[in-house]
Amino acid sequence: MGEELQFKTAGELSDLLKGGSVSSVEIVQAFIDRVESVDDRVRAFNSYDAEDALAQARASDERRAKAERLGELDGIPVGLKDNLAVKGQPLTCSSKILESFVSPYDGTCIQKLKANGAILWGRLNMDEFAMGSSTENSGTHTTSNPWDLDRIPGGSSGGSAAAVAACETPVALGSDTGGSIRQPASHCGVVGLKPTYGRVSRYGLAAFASSLDQIGPIARNIDDAALLLNAISGYDPHDSTSYKIDVPDFRKAAADDSDRKWTIGLPKEYLEENSDAAAIKPVLDAIEFYKSQGIEFKEISLPHTEYAVATYYIIATAEASSNLARYDGIRYTSRAESFDGKDSIDIYHQSRALGFGEEVKRRVILGTYVLSSGYYDAYYLKAQKCRTLIRSDFERAFESVDAIMTPTSPTPATLKGAHAEDPLAMYLSDIYTISANLAGIPGLSLPCGYVDGLPVGLQVLGKPFKEDEILKLGWIFESAHAYKDHHPSL
Amino acid sequence: MPEEQSIDIQKVANLARIALTDEEKSKLSGQLDSILGYINKLNELDTSNVDPTAHPHSVYNVWREDKAEGELPIEEALKNVPEQRQNMIVVPKVVE
Amino acid sequence: MEYEAVIGLEVHVQIKTESKIFSGCRAGYGYEPNELVDPVVLGLPGALPVMNKAALDGIIKAGLAFKCTVPDWCKWDRKNYFYPDSPNNYQITQYDQPICQGGEVEIELSGDSRAEMGEHKSIKLTRIHLENDVGKLNHFADDSLVDYNRAFTPLMEIVSEPDMHSGEEAFAFLTSIRQTMIYCGVSDCDMEKGQMRADANISVRPIGETTLGAKIELKNLNSITGVKNGIEYEIKRQIRELKKGNSITQATWRWNADLGRTELMREKEDAHDYRYFPDPDLLPVRIDDEWRKRIQAEIPELPFEKQRRFMEEYDLPYTITSVLIPDRALSEFFEEAAKKEPASAKAIGNYVTNDLLRELAESGRTLADCKITPSHLLSLVEAVDKGTITKQIAKDVFVEMFQMGELAGEIIERKGLKPDFDDDQVKAWCREAIDENPKPVEDFRSGNDKALNALLGQVMKKSRGKANPQSVNQVLRELLN
Repeated sequence: MGEELQFKTAGELSDLLKGGSVSSVEIVQAFIDRVESVDDRVRAFNSYDAEDALAQARASDERRAKAERLGELDGIPVGLKDNLAVKGQPLTCSSKILESFVSPYDGTCIQKLKANGAILWGRLNMDEFAMGSSTENSGTHTTSNPWDLDRIPGGSSGGSAAAVAACETPVALGSDTGGSIRQPASHCGVVGLKPTYGRVSRYGLAAFASSLDQIGPIARNIDDAALLLNAISGYDPHDSTSYKIDVPDFRKAAADDSDRKWTIGLPKEYLEENSDAAAIKPVLDAIEFYKSQGIEFKEISLPHTEYAVATYYIIATAEASSNLARYDGIRYTSRAESFDGKDSIDIYHQSRALGFGEEVKRRVILGTYVLSSGYYDAYYLKAQKCRTLIRSDFERAFESVDAIMTPTSPTPATLKGAHAEDPLAMYLSDIYTISANLAGIPGLSLPCGYVDGLPVGLQVLGKPFKEDEILKLGWIFESAHAYKDHHPSL
Repeated sequence: MPEEQSIDIQKVANLARIALTDEEKSKLSGQLDSILGYINKLNELDTSNVDPTAHPHSVYNVWREDKAEGELPIEEALKNVPEQRQNMIVVPKVVE
Repeated sequence: MEYEAVIGLEVHVQIKTESKIFSGCRAGYGYEPNELVDPVVLGLPGALPVMNKAALDGIIKAGLAFKCTVPDWCKWDRKNYFYPDSPNNYQITQYDQPICQGGEVEIELSGDSRAEMGEHKSIKLTRIHLENDVGKLNHFADDSLVDYNRAFTPLMEIVSEPDMHSGEEAFAFLTSIRQTMIYCGVSDCDMEKGQMRADANISVRPIGETTLGAKIELKNLNSITGVKNGIEYEIKRQIRELKKGNSITQATWRWNADLGRTELMREKEDAHDYRYFPDPDLLPVRIDDEWRKRIQAEIPELPFEKQRRFMEEYDLPYTITSVLIPDRALSEFFEEAAKKEPASAKAIGNYVTNDLLRELAESGRTLADCKITPSHLLSLVEAVDKGTITKQIAKDVFVEMFQMGELAGEIIERKGLKPDFDDDQVKAWCREAIDENPKPVEDFRSGNDKALNALLGQVMKKSRGKANPQSVNQVLRELLN
């Protein structure tokens, strides 16, 4: 029994716990064993505290013994991207500048998971400060794609996606600013969901781009993603940008049996863009499957698609340059060697030079530039206007369709180092995921097949606050296919 | 969008408080010029009658009541400080 | 060549709230270093700001009190710059859509003497906006220590037009702001506690010239007097330089109060590039008429309005109003009595501004916790008006009232202060005084009117001070004619 626990979903584990046939300690131990067995190759974790995880598990078992179970996730391990604040745990954002930082407070999502009884363990690797699409920009190490260790797991939530795919944790939280949950989920053959902007509180998420960031679940199946989304969603008075709207039961909605007639939009610009049809064949096959279920598809146009990457990189880097200013060597970050006669300006310059990696420096400098005197109108303001046009594209499209389907990524996982010298090429690979963040709409990636043995993801984009609908659509595909039961051989 | 595309890297790095080596400066300069060249694409769009999106949802007046709550105990607050004295953070002498 | 100075002030005023502006920490002064902190105040990863409604109410109140336009909406911007006292290395402020626009501050200059009210002027404001305060740097020989208690206290920035021309006007401007803010309950403006801070922009030009000269930003003006002195010094310095044939270079100077002079701090480098952009973590604020009306209704009669009314309605001299007006509670205390006996308003005003303040100072009590009430004043004034006691005795009764809390009547009874003699007795004493003091009588009859005082004094002594001096005076004159 102990050997199989790591292959079970969170939903299954929750049932087992309820049934009393297994304890949380056994579950957590199974995952610890799994991590020790495979993470030397996958390297999904920055760090984890096995002792603390087992202590949490013991507390969960005690609660259960007293019939004081907290929630559906009580006793279930949830892995955490290393940019989520948990009191007493490291919060490194995979950056040298935060390498010794331990958070003194819990973010809201974390508080909600604690209130649910989840076991919070594992600091999962990421691109430094969430800037990247491969996890190669991590200031700690590179994570490998469990399906092919020479390849990237995607990013920036590469550690989270790889850990779930490698069964090192049943579920994990990631964050998504331009595709950072969906794209690694696609590359690793797992489910990843970016909620509508404002659905989940950002309090406790080290900010990258404030108007684009969202925390979301990464899981092996739709039900687990929904389970996690149930636990973390909701208006938060600590986050002014979180939205006051009711939270439906996403699990129930996903499994719902109703006989609804769906109309799905296929954006012609997305499919035109991609010259390599072979790379997205599983996505095209998935569309055929949906058609076979009586779901209607129509071609739509999102005419401003080609401007999304440029718009994103102005807005995201501008906001990031300001959000990362706090990492300065003064209050709580690594500080360049104690000053002898250096003044404060030197401390800033040196600490940030030593603490930030190349991609972070590149984006902070770009962001600083686009906001600088004389350039604000031409870049930032212009980009915010283009963003309005991109949002309107989706608003118009959603007048005639319920949801939109696209490939998550133009290609499956590339080899490590493929874009090392060409940051722009890396940015352009975000083309399918980026618009959803600009428009603030929810997006789901689910595994729909393989190309050359590498997972490919189908992206489903929904109307604002309609995560229940995209989960339902994902469920329809998942129920008829076995991808959620496939595991990479490690 | 400005015609003159080359970023004065040193000036921007100063604003951003990041010390760059000469090698880094020249590498970044090339990369950023090419990224900026791509970003100029946005010039193709006529946005003269478009409002900027400052926030994804049109909400306003989000506030809280004037109640004190949520303080961190001093030991927690100063836990990560590189250097402290008398419960304050030590920084190099700042010339006003 | 005669020169004139052109001065604008940037005044920062902390709004008195329980919690900070974007964080739930207590706001306050005098706490242990770094006691009032939370993730927002420390700028920790993942922290987010949330607006404090009371801070908005406070600044709208200030804006309406200063006759600003409060537009229908305003927003928040980030002002990006690096400094150890700034937790995020950006300040949340309002750049191009401030919550208050325009406005004006009425000021009162010094009169020719302390007894005379000086000229009133109106200083125009450009705007008032809301922002977060930053931490405090404590400087030592080799390093500095940072305390974030002050960080994120709500701060109003009041920007004046370059509408002042002297240190005296600046002094009056700050005094007026402070008085108005105290009246409105928005801030105590105690400069020692950092609740009000001011920087001045000073330039000089030949009289008649319309373009502005190069301006110096003057900092480290740590008291209202310091503002006046610093500005006056700097004006003289600039004029001296220009007369020497030198030009003024735009720069930042600081006032050294110990040495009584201004010193160059730094040349004005390329103006800071603050890279303002709308703060994505905070939503805009919409203000409707109902909100404005509600706040307007909370604004009390303002200091100079009250002063004008007191002078007109109660015929109070400036010597009294100048003491009453700066203290709203004291003014209201005065008026509670005066409105019942307006004819005695001056007398009431005197008791309040002389006797009451003296007793409060000596006893260390405050108006709120002393035993005197407006009714006490009325009882005293009545006793004097009726002639029951003299003004002289009334002063002693006042002290007794303050210490015992009894009304005047009770004290007069208890201490037997009422005259226990009649008019005939007074007449008899007067005759005695005349008989016993031939010299003053002769002086008086020779035309020296003042000689009567000696006789008056004798009668007062015989009556143990209880006789009414005016009546005695009258009787003596009658007898001597």
